[in-house]
Amino acid sequence: MAKEILSPLPGTFYRRPAPDQPAFKNLGDAVAVGDVIGLIEVMKSFHEVLADAAGTITAFPADDEEPVMAGQVLAELD
Amino acid sequence: MAIRKLLVANRGEIAVRIIRAARELGIRTVAVHSLADADSLAVRMADEAVNIGPPAASKSYLNIAAVLAAARDTGADAIHPGYGFLAENAEFADAVEAAGLVWVGPRGDTIRVMGDKVAARIAAEAAGVPVVPGSAGRIDDPEQARAVALAIGFPLMIKAAAGGGGRGIRIVHDIAEFERMVPQASAEARAAFADGGLYLEKVIGQARHVEVQILGDGERAIHLFERECSLQRRRQKVWEEAPSPALPPGMRETLCRSAVALAESVGYRGAGTLEYLFDDATGHFYFIEMNTRIQVEHPVTEMITGVDLVREMIRIAGGEKLRFAQADIAMKGHAIEVRICAEDPSRNFQPGPGTISGLVVPGGAGVRFDTMLYQGYTVPPFYDSLLGKLIVWDEDRPAALRRMARALDELQVGGLPTTKPLHQLLVRDSAVAQAAFHTRWLEPWLEGNAHLLGAREASE
Repeated sequence: MAKEILSPLPGTFYRRPAPDQPAFKNLGDAVAVGDVIGLIEVMKSFHEVLADAAGTITAFPADDEEPVMAGQVLAELD
Repeated sequence: MAIRKLLVANRGEIAVRIIRAARELGIRTVAVHSLADADSLAVRMADEAVNIGPPAASKSYLNIAAVLAAARDTGADAIHPGYGFLAENAEFADAVEAAGLVWVGPRGDTIRVMGDKVAARIAAEAAGVPVVPGSAGRIDDPEQARAVALAIGFPLMIKAAAGGGGRGIRIVHDIAEFERMVPQASAEARAAFADGGLYLEKVIGQARHVEVQILGDGERAIHLFERECSLQRRRQKVWEEAPSPALPPGMRETLCRSAVALAESVGYRGAGTLEYLFDDATGHFYFIEMNTRIQVEHPVTEMITGVDLVREMIRIAGGEKLRFAQADIAMKGHAIEVRICAEDPSRNFQPGPGTISGLVVPGGAGVRFDTMLYQGYTVPPFYDSLLGKLIVWDEDRPAALRRMARALDELQVGGLPTTKPLHQLLVRDSAVAQAAFHTRWLEPWLEGNAHLLGAREASE
């Protein structure tokens, strides 16, 4: 069954820990519960987004550096 | 050139502050804004508003081409940068002037000199402003290093000349430790940065943050006394006062005069601030850096001097000479500002954007609230958490503290967490009442008082 990882906060979604570093996770990567899949920047502070389900990433509906709302789907898992 | 239409290249409370000053001068205003700020108070108050890009500051408020295009399209003849964003960007200052517009701030070259730590230190020393004792530049010879270290005194920092961002720094406490560490530090620096050069700087222990406000017209400068901003969390100021409760009058005179000398030596134009560390145990002060912009905490200076700093900087940019001689500037009473931020002190200051469901603004004598909030406004998550600044003035510091306590109790911001509970505790704290603090005082205090912050938050 498909699972979704939602943004816990409104802010800006980052898929990489820093602009010159690779993404935390890519399409097709395996994800375990507690893995960091991205960061949300809210008012200049950064919060890790942790996977609350395990699976394989099938989609990133939110782009890197995209503004997101709380509850918006950041990643889909299979 | 008299300014007729001013573009405000900023957002939040400072954009509102600048629009108010412009309006009092009979100048029309243009607010540029990101998509996320279309409903902001500044947009509502300005005569015109221009959407300059998506929410990310890098694509809107930091987009020089978009800001200049908005100025051209609206016929603005001047740009005020506020603080943050492009305020201390020398290339932007140059681009504004190259476009034939008035830049409300110091010349690009002044920003360049004072923004460079080494150049600013050299300019400060040349003007007779004391700097943190250290080696004048890099040191490659161990014998020379030893002599310099003894001259500076301990503890001191050994820094890799090619290092940065805190890397390659060691603190040593005596000459024996110094002699052990120098070869090691040099070898490490060579390995890490391919450069074994070192420089030395004295460690300033418990110090207060004191800063001098200056105004210049490009030739002449005056000071408007000092502020103290020692209450900081993660190097961010949370509470500011004017004057400093710790500075003896004679020292105030020396400090402020040296700031004027430095400002005049660089031909400073506009409002600026020289920041110092003040060691009240030894009575020494040390120049840290100059901020070439209006600062967040400027209202406390306005409250004790009666000078509208934002208005003066616009008048100077428009070509007027300084309207004040130093003797015209007197200080009266005491002012305190607290920063009301959308952060939850009971949850380690986690930021919490949201919609303002209720707003009660304190009033009465000596109270000022500079904010961008209004009932129903949704605070976006993309920018810093400052919602407003509560400022009070009274005859002396004890009275100002009582007035601040009263004003904080009146203030109500509904719909999101704020730092009000922190300030309600600080304003009644006995160490704060005695001004017995320094720049590293607040963080341990927060750890020790975490239970009070949690309890107060839960009861509100």
